[in-house]
Parts: sequence; C-alpha cells; structure tokens
Amino acid sequence: MNVRWFLIFCVLPWAAFAQGFAGLGADADGFSLPTPKPKFSFPEDHGPHPDYRIEWWYLTANLESEDGRDFGLQWTLFRSALSSDGAEGWNSSQVWFAHAAVTTAEKHFATERFARGGIGQAGVVAEPFHAWIDEWHMKGIDFDNMNLVAQGNDFAYNMTLDAQGPLVFHGDQGFSVKSAEGQASYYYSQPFFTIEGTLELPEGVVEVSGSAWLDREWSSQPLSASQSGWDWFSLSFDDGAKLMGFRLRQSDGPAYTASTWIEPDGSTQSFENGVFSAVPQNEKPVAGRDIPTLWRVQLPDKGVDVTVEAMNPQAWMGISIPYWEGPVRVTGSHSGEGYLEMTGYE
Amino acid sequence: MLKLSNVEKSFAGNDGLIPVLKGVSLAIDAGESVALTGESGSGKSTLLHIAAGLEIADQGEVVIDDQELSGLSESDRAQVRREKIGVVFQQFNLIPSLNVSANIAFQARLNSSFDAQYVQHLAESFGLQDQLNSFPETLSGGQQQRVAIARSLAARPKFILADEPTGNLDETTAASVLDEMLELVAKTSAGLLMVTHSNTVAARMKRGLHLSGGHLA
Amino acid sequence: MNTLTRTCFVALFSHWRRNPLQLITFLTGLAIATALWSGVQAINSEARASYDAAAATLDEGQFDQLLASDGNGVALSTYIMLRRNGWQVSPVIEGRLGEVRIIGIDPLTAPGSLTGVELNEQVSLNSFLGKGAVLTHPETTSVLSGKAFEQLEIVTNRNIAPKLAFTDISVAQRLLGQSDFSRLIVSNMQPLKRPDLSSIAPQLLLQRATQSADLGELTDSFHLNLTAFGLLSFAVGIFIVHGAIGLAFEQRRGTIRTLRALGVPLRRLTTLVACEILSLAFLGAMIGIALGYFVAAALLPDVAATLRGLYGADVTGQLSLRPEWWASGLAIAMLGAALAMAGKLFSIARMPVLASPRPRAWAIATGNTRRWQAASALLLAVLALALLAYGSGLTVGFMLQGCLLTAAALMLPLLLDRILSFIQNRSNGVVSHWFWADTRQQLPGLSLALMALLLAVAANIGVSTMVSSFRLTFVEFLDQRLAPELYINVQNEEQSKAMDRALSQNARETIVIMSERAEVAGLPVELEAMRVGATHRQDWKLLEGQTDAWDSLEGGSGVLANEQFVRRAGLWTGDDVELPNGSKVEVVGIVGDYGNPLGQLYISEKLFLDLFPDRFPLRFGARTDDPKALRETLNAEVGVPTSAMTDQAAVKEFSLQVFERTFTVTAALNVLTLSVAGFAMLMSLLTLADLRVPQLAPVWALGLTRRQLGRLELLRALALAATVCLLALPLGLALAWILLAIVNVEAFGWRLPMFLFPWDYTKLWFYAFCAALLAACWPALRLARTPPNALLKVFANER
Repeated sequence: MNVRWFLIFCVLPWAAFAQGFAGLGADADGFSLPTPKPKFSFPEDHGPHPDYRIEWWYLTANLESEDGRDFGLQWTLFRSALSSDGAEGWNSSQVWFAHAAVTTAEKHFATERFARGGIGQAGVVAEPFHAWIDEWHMKGIDFDNMNLVAQGNDFAYNMTLDAQGPLVFHGDQGFSVKSAEGQASYYYSQPFFTIEGTLELPEGVVEVSGSAWLDREWSSQPLSASQSGWDWFSLSFDDGAKLMGFRLRQSDGPAYTASTWIEPDGSTQSFENGVFSAVPQNEKPVAGRDIPTLWRVQLPDKGVDVTVEAMNPQAWMGISIPYWEGPVRVTGSHSGEGYLEMTGYE
Repeated sequence: MLKLSNVEKSFAGNDGLIPVLKGVSLAIDAGESVALTGESGSGKSTLLHIAAGLEIADQGEVVIDDQELSGLSESDRAQVRREKIGVVFQQFNLIPSLNVSANIAFQARLNSSFDAQYVQHLAESFGLQDQLNSFPETLSGGQQQRVAIARSLAARPKFILADEPTGNLDETTAASVLDEMLELVAKTSAGLLMVTHSNTVAARMKRGLHLSGGHLA
Repeated sequence: MNTLTRTCFVALFSHWRRNPLQLITFLTGLAIATALWSGVQAINSEARASYDAAAATLDEGQFDQLLASDGNGVALSTYIMLRRNGWQVSPVIEGRLGEVRIIGIDPLTAPGSLTGVELNEQVSLNSFLGKGAVLTHPETTSVLSGKAFEQLEIVTNRNIAPKLAFTDISVAQRLLGQSDFSRLIVSNMQPLKRPDLSSIAPQLLLQRATQSADLGELTDSFHLNLTAFGLLSFAVGIFIVHGAIGLAFEQRRGTIRTLRALGVPLRRLTTLVACEILSLAFLGAMIGIALGYFVAAALLPDVAATLRGLYGADVTGQLSLRPEWWASGLAIAMLGAALAMAGKLFSIARMPVLASPRPRAWAIATGNTRRWQAASALLLAVLALALLAYGSGLTVGFMLQGCLLTAAALMLPLLLDRILSFIQNRSNGVVSHWFWADTRQQLPGLSLALMALLLAVAANIGVSTMVSSFRLTFVEFLDQRLAPELYINVQNEEQSKAMDRALSQNARETIVIMSERAEVAGLPVELEAMRVGATHRQDWKLLEGQTDAWDSLEGGSGVLANEQFVRRAGLWTGDDVELPNGSKVEVVGIVGDYGNPLGQLYISEKLFLDLFPDRFPLRFGARTDDPKALRETLNAEVGVPTSAMTDQAAVKEFSLQVFERTFTVTAALNVLTLSVAGFAMLMSLLTLADLRVPQLAPVWALGLTRRQLGRLELLRALALAATVCLLALPLGLALAWILLAIVNVEAFGWRLPMFLFPWDYTKLWFYAFCAALLAACWPALRLARTPPNALLKVFANER
C-alpha cells in the first residue's frame, strides 16, 4: 500500500485524527529513514520495524457469495511510534490501531481498535506470521497461507488467505517515492491472494470467496505540506494483470502520480509521475460532503483507459480518521474489479 | 382687571430674533368684551397666550387681579390659569380620553368651583344634553367648540381668552356658536378677549383692537 | 440606481440623519432582541453539541465494571486475555497519595472522553503516554509536589474535581507502587461475539453500572430548561422587532405621504422602504449576534460548570461560532422585521395619497381588533385546556406552553382595560379620573410592549420557580441518597462479612448497598436491598407513603418503588407487585428518584437475600461523626485499603456549589429578558410621545404644569407595569407547572415537585419595576421639558 497513511500521519492536520491524539509522532528525529536500493530479508521484514515511525499491514478483498452478490472487505493494522527510544513494556512508545470493514451493495460496516504496545494487546511476529490486536488477527504458518479474523458490534468475518503468486515490489525495487521533494517509503505487496470464508452480517451468515491484495509499507518521513489528500487504486483485470496507481492531490499544481503495472506472472513495471492519470467523473454526497465515486483511469503505456465505479458509493469509514474506502468495478479497455481509497475530502 | 403693559416678545428665526410684540399695552375689565384683530402672523395668538400665562413675555408686565404673572413660578401660573382664566382655541380644545360631561366639568373640578347644576345648565344652553356621555371624537366641530366654551364657563373664570373659536366652523354654525357664547358670557361678569380675523365677529365686541407691526392700534 | 430612486432614498434616509437617536433606538431594539435569542441559542447549541461527548465521559458509575472477587486487583495477564477474547475493557488503577485520589487510565482503550477533559485541549497523547502528564485541578497542584512528581508534567484544568488527578496507567502504577489494576471498565460497545466471563475469567465479578452517576437525563432536563428560556426570549424578541419597525414607520408617515403626493409610484416606494428596513434589520441583527456571542461566552463557563459538575456531563466551556445559532438569530430578526413590515407596507398601500400627515397611533385597536384578540385568546385557552385534558407527549407540553403564552398575551389588553376602567370608575379626583381614562386610551399603543413585559416577567417567574424547585428537590435528594459519611468497597464475601461486623461495632448505622436487575410487572427493574435504619426513617422523604411504610418494608410485606417504576407500570401506593420468586408484596410508598432512567424497587435485606441467596454486599455506607477515625479503624480491623473508602462530603459539596452557578446563569438571563422588555416599553413610549402632545396640551392649558404631567406619565408606566407584573404571577406559575409537571414527566418519567419562592418573585418584580421606570424616565422627562411653544402649536391657527 502506498502513500495513504503517510498523509494521515504526517500531513493531514491531527484534528482529523481522533481527538486526543494530537501530535502523535510529529517529529522524525531519531527514526531510521528509507534508502534507495533496499535489500529485503524475509520472513523478518514481514514483521515490525519499530525504528521507523509508521508501518502497516493493509488488506483489501473483492468477494462474491454463492448467489452472486458482491462484497468488499478490509483489514488493516497500523503501528505508530511516539518516539524512537525503543522502550519496552508499559513504557513502550509503540501505539497500534486497526480498521476493519465489510461493504455490501447497500451497506458499509466499519469499526476500529486501539492498543498500546509492550503489553501484548497488539503486535506482529514475522515467523510464524502473526499480526493481532485484541481478538482480531491475521496469522498463518507463513505469509502465503493465513487466517483473517475481525469483528465489530454489527459484523464479523473469518477468512482464509492463499497466495497464488510472488511478492511484488513497487517503485525502485520497493523504494517508493512519494513526492517531487523526494519523500519515500518501503513498499511491497502480495496482490495474488485467493480468499474464502464467512461474513456475519445482520442479514445472516454469508459464504464468500474472491481475491485479496495485501500491502506492506513503512517509513518515517512526512510528505509535502502541499499535498491535501490522495486517491489510491488497486485494480485486478480479468486477464490476470493488475494495476496499482495513486494520485496525490497538490494544492500548488497538478497531482503527483505513480503506478505499478503487474503482469499475471508477477513481473512489474513502475511508472513515474504523470504517466498514470485518474480523473473524477461524478461526485456523490457522502457523509455530508461530495466524494467522486466515478473515475476515468488511464495508463497509456499499457493501453489502459477504464471507468472505475464504486460498488457502493456510501463506503465511508466514519471512524476516528474518516476516509472513503470500498470495492470498485472496472469497465472500458480492460474489465475487472478492485479497491479505491480516497482521503482528504473535508 | 387683566392688564398688559409694554409687553415685548420675540421668537428665534433663521436670521436671529424676530420681534413679534414691540411694547403692547392693554387692559380688559370684568364684563368687557374685546376683539383682537390683525394680519396672519401679526402676533395675535402670542398676545393671547401671554395674557393667559401660557407663554412668558420677554419684557413688560401681565397683571391679572393684582397678580403679576412673570414673577410667578410655573405651578403658580398654572394655578392662576386654573382659577381665573378660561381658554378656548380654534381646535384641539378637548381632552380626548374624557367624555363630554367630564370635559365640561374638568377645569371646574380642578379649581374646586364645580357645580353640577351649573354644568347641566351650560350643557342645556349649548344643546349638549344628549351628548354628555359621548367622546369628543364623535362630535361635530361645532359641538366640540360648544363643549370647549361650556368648559371655560363652567370653571367661572374672571377672563375668557378665545383664539378664533369659530375659525374652523362653517359660517352658519360659526354664527350660532358665537351667539350662544356671547349670550352666556354676558350672563357672567367675565371679561372676554377674542382673537379673530373676521370683522363681523369683531363688530359684536364692545371694543376692538388691531395688532399691526407689533403695536396695538 | 436611477435619479428617482436615489432621490426617494435620500428623502427616506434623511430622517435617520436628522434623528440619529431614533436610528440608534431602532438598531438597539433589534440588536438586543437578537442578542437575547442568539445568546440563549448559543449556550444551548454548545451544550447540546457537547452532549454526545458528555454521555461518553468516563464516570465511576456510568459503565459496568469488572472487579477481582478475591480483592487482589486484576492482573495484566487477565486484562490482555480478556481483550484477546474480544472483551472491550479498559484498565483503571485508583489509589490515594496523601490527600489526592490518583486515577490511572489507559487513554487508548478507555471508552468515552475519560477524564472529562479532551486530551488534545491541553495534553497530547504523546505527552500523556510518553512524558507522564498529570491532569488535575489548579488548587490541587500544590499537593502534587515531592520527588514522585519531579519528572512529570502537571497540567491543570478547572473541569477536574479538586483533589483528583488523572494520569496514564503506567504512571499511576509507579506513583502508587501497585501493578495490578483496581478494576476494568466495560465499554458499552461490545463486539458481536465474545465468550462468557465465567468461561474465561471466573475470578472476576461483573458490577453493573450504578444509578448514582447515571445523570444524563438530568442534563437533558437542564437543556430543556434552556430551550424553554430560548422559546420565551424568542417571543419577547418578536415583540421588540415589531415595535421597532412600527416606530420607524410612524415617524415617517408624513415623508412617505409627501413622496407619494409628489408622484413616486407606490410599488417603488414600498420596495425602497422594504430594502431600507431589511438592511437596517440586518445591521441590527449582526450587532445583536455579536452581543449574543459575548453574553453566551460570559455565561457559558457557568453553564458548562453546571452541567459538568452536576451531571458529570462535559461541555467544553469554550464557545464556537456554530452556524445553527447565529443563523437562527439572523433569521429571527429578519423574519420578525419582514412580518412587522408587511403589515405596515399594507397600510401604506391603503393610505390615501392625501391623508392627514398627522401621525395616527400605530396600533390603535379598534373594537374589532379587540374582539378578534379576545376570540383568539379564548380559542387558544380552550385548545390549551383540551391539550391538558386529552394530549400527551413532550410536543404537547410545549404546545400547551405556547398556547398559554399566546392566549395570555392576547388577553392582556382586554384585561388591563377592564381593570383600568374599574379603577377609573372608582376614582374621585378629577386628575385621577382623567389619569385613568388617559391610561386606558394609551393601552392600544402600549399593548405590544406590555405583552412583552408580561411574557418576560412570566418567563422569569416560571424559570426561577423551576430552577429553584429543581435545586431544592435535588439538594434534598442528595442529602437522602448521600447520607452516609463514608462509603466502603469490599472485594469478597469474607471481607464483606468482616466489614459488616466491624461496622456494627464502630459506626452509628450501616447502610448496605446491593442490587440486582430483575423483571417486575413486565418491566426491567433494579431490586435494591435495604437495611431499614434511622437514616431511612428520618432522611428519606417519600413522595407518597403509608404511615407504617418503613415497618412494612422492614417486615418484608411491603416495598418502596421509585416514581419512574410506578408511573410506567401504572401502579400506585397500595397496589401489589409480584417479585421474581412469585411472592406478592404491596407497594407501601413511592420515592422520588431524579435522573434515574431505571425503575427501582426497594425491598428488605432479608427479602433480597431470599431472592438471591448467593449475594452479599460489596459496598457499604457508614454513618459516623468521625469519618477519618472510622476509616483508620476499618483499615486496621478488616484490612480494607483506605483507597476503597470514599468520603462523600466532598462530592456533595461540589455538587451544591455547582447549583450556585446555575443561579448566576438564571439571574443573568432574568436581567436580560427584563431589559429587553424595558426597551420595548421605552420604544412604545417614544412612539407615543409625539402623539401625546395634542392630548396633553389642553390639560396643560387648563392648569396642570408640565412637571405634573411628566410625573403622571411616569406613574402611568409604573401603574401599568405593576398591573402586568401581578398578572404575570399566575401565568409564570402556570408555565412552571407545565414545565415541571407535564414536560418533565413526559420527557423523563418523573415529576419535579413545585415550590413557591415569594422572595424571588418580589425581586423579579422589583427588577421589572426598575425596567419600567428606566423606560419611562426619558419620555417623562422629555414631556416635562417640552417648551410651551410646542404645546401651544397644537392650538395655533396657522398650522
């Protein structure tokens, strides 16, 4: 996953975050910084990097029930360090929080959790892989086969993940640049999961299956202050190819964009600023503001010119950090499905 | 005896003080009726107001029954008005919140000379007996003036000062109101000073004075 | 703008240039009416906006709690295990450090806004978690000295009760030298699935939220009071706006007539006048909103403190410019102006071009108008009675109030006329006869202002009665419910028994506190065990009860029920209820229970233990003359830590202090509404002043001095104010009765007893007199100083 949470942590005013969390890690001093040409080491790098300020394990999935209904699913665990002192136990400066959501054609269920580090309430272990907060978890014997659990007061899910392809590295071998000023993060994905399991919704239990996309990202750098929000797309086309693209809205000029084209075999091609484009076509009133839920997305180098439409325009995450995140349908030069995330629409 | 000696009065105008009365003297005895005529703006009303103690002269004396008005306080002057003077104006003579009988009796009650029989008599003399409970706004102009005159008489004043009492009335009504008024005033020993621009009216008085250029002639 | 329009506009506006005082009067009238309305709205919307946060504020009794049944506190491992099983719980460590109660919390998991202080107001999460910030009342800072606090950042906030300090749980652990948690707070939001407590942590005891802190409904009640005030100030404000517009029109009737005579089209003229008046109204409203903001800002800290201290509800105490209140203030002023203007424009349209230029009284009610008013008043009164008899629900309560107010206002001129005519017929002197007759004649012109005064005084009487009744009731309630000097928490059965023994030897009286939820008469209730003692017999006031109520309760044949329960169940004293075990007992008395949403039944301790044989009291109240000594004795004899014993006196005192603040707010609003009413009167008197000259001139000519006339004018205003004040008393009491006995019951299920406060009313009357006196002073003085010339002009031949 991309720039998204950089903005939340670093650029967006903290008032947008939970009241009472102002100033969370506002200072990059003392933290490690991403450097070009990274050498990842697995499974260790699936685990946390507490010397970096922010980090996440971010999974989205497009699901279908046996009777043909579409669903979206989200499971996200964030780590944020208040300081780089590396203290343990009660004095740990690591704060964890998580978001979970299920989107149906009519409704959007969302909830969140918070935990302090150091006492076992939340954390991530690389091998055997185990990420958890309270009773929510994503765990398995390795990163390719995992069980995924989360619940709120009106929904719950229990899913199985099975990777069908390799890890994919964005930017320059996983060093992903976020702005013209050069801010960057480490960023890789596992976009080839098949997923199946059960959703518990107020309407009843639904058996579902589909595909999922897991993002891993960590960094310490804030983004440019002139970036007001972003629109992030992860699209899976019917021919097996995939596209990750994002658009950072600049208050002082055209949006900054970047993208990765992923072949069905997992080989990738990254595109620099300006190649990928996404243009809003239509806005809908959502949670008291206007949100573009219909887009034209283009990547001319790969002949992509598609319309991306929200499956449920009301997929609003009305939690401590409010944003829009939900499943989309793709039509045009390529057809398929995917996920869209939009932030900074005040 | 109502006596004005060397009365002077000026009003503030656009170019400083404008003298209206430039040393006016006159005397009216009990039972005497005097007409005061003059051009519009010649100061007839002002002279009448000063005689009634409603306005103060800049110079000169106003003496009513040996009392010099300019030396009195406002409340003493008001007392002189209550007790010795009856005023009748061209319009707005009556107290709108009181009915006819209360209006007629008003000044008489103020100076404690109220006499129910006399009031009744006056009302009948003026043909007002059926209007006693009416309010001024429902009366015709002639009736209103009759009420005002009846009121001034009811208080048994020494002098009645009238400022064009029939000026607002049509000729016929004016004539009959004037007749009734003069007849009833004559029955009392009150002196009458009437401001008028009508020579016909003036001719009915015993004596006529003409105000011109601030002087009486 | 073409020449014609400009010329007209200049002509119209020249009036204000030549009479700046009138312009100021007009603007001030609009401004203070808007200020009052928007001030009350501002307070209200601010309080409401904070209400959600308030409801979520961490409070001792607001949430269910988990306690270790062995009394040793809850271990970290137990907490983590519960969280990992889906239980949304948050740890709390509580203890005493000297005089100060230290409460350690985990800001990441605690439900609600925790301390009543928004963290980011003063303290970031970073410094709360990282640097160990301590939140406390400014007066407590001096106590928090010494080595333990050296490294800590002390942050003061007046919203925290004195002698209380909040800090991060890790800091509290260090300060108190205690690693286990005192308890876990159970969030009201729990996930879909979680195992039973008994299957994962059988050593923990679930303690239900206690009612004492569940005062959210009282907060609503307070909001309701403010809403009522807002409604009334709205009514008063509309009168003012109406009066101000009427004044502006009357003063310029001549100009308007002349303009028309000179050939200005009617449509153009009305448009111009409308534009002019609306722009001025806009200006006045903006000034008023600014004023209202200051009023609200000045009052809000007190309102906030009231809500917080009294009800544990959190209002930030800082005012933000919420669109709902400034927009509504603007809307009221503009709407009021437009309404008042519509009538005036209509009369301009109907005015013959060559009508007399002399101003006519702008509201002279003809017999027709008066009949129409009386008929409407009657209709409304009938409607009010019908609502009272057949209606139910909160809306009906407010409608009833509206009907009553409007009916009373409409009836006022008629009623005053009757009263004045009665006096007039009985007055002997000629001057007094004329005085009363003249007063009657002024009525139509003054009636709007008098209606405003009536509403203002009635509103103040109503609200004062309500607030004072509220206080009296609540203080009594606190006295009764917080009677024990010391409260003691114990952890297990063994301790409970030991404590009971120790208390019977050392305390004057032991109050046991045990309750269980059950269903009685088809309603969820709390069954409360009661060991009947002197405290109950002497201090508890029953709303209604049989003479031997306490004996029946003690003997087990009777129960006491709270008002909420009997009202909901449709029962009353003397009715039987069936307890969960099938036995029937009689309701022998009803207790007032303010701010509690739940039905409650008080049963004898013995009966309680028959029903729930496994239960034992985990909380005791002790009556003692020396709480300090008792605390030490109990600590020594039973081994209960002193931190488990709370001295209730401080809590009570704090609650009572807070009431005083409520009164500051009420008093301020009193003065404001009365000054608005006074202003309405001033404007009416000024409007009438010019019309009065022809009416007074003959009286003066006949021998009354100007000074006498001025004195009489003043006397007239006072006489009218006095009469209106007297009439306002029954109206105000009726309003209070509706608020207490109908609106409150509909809204919250309990009725506030109504008390009368003659001294308060006397004071209000005095203020109202002062307002009337002040309002009448200037016009009276002006009259006394009218030059004889001006009076004589009335009679002049050449006009």
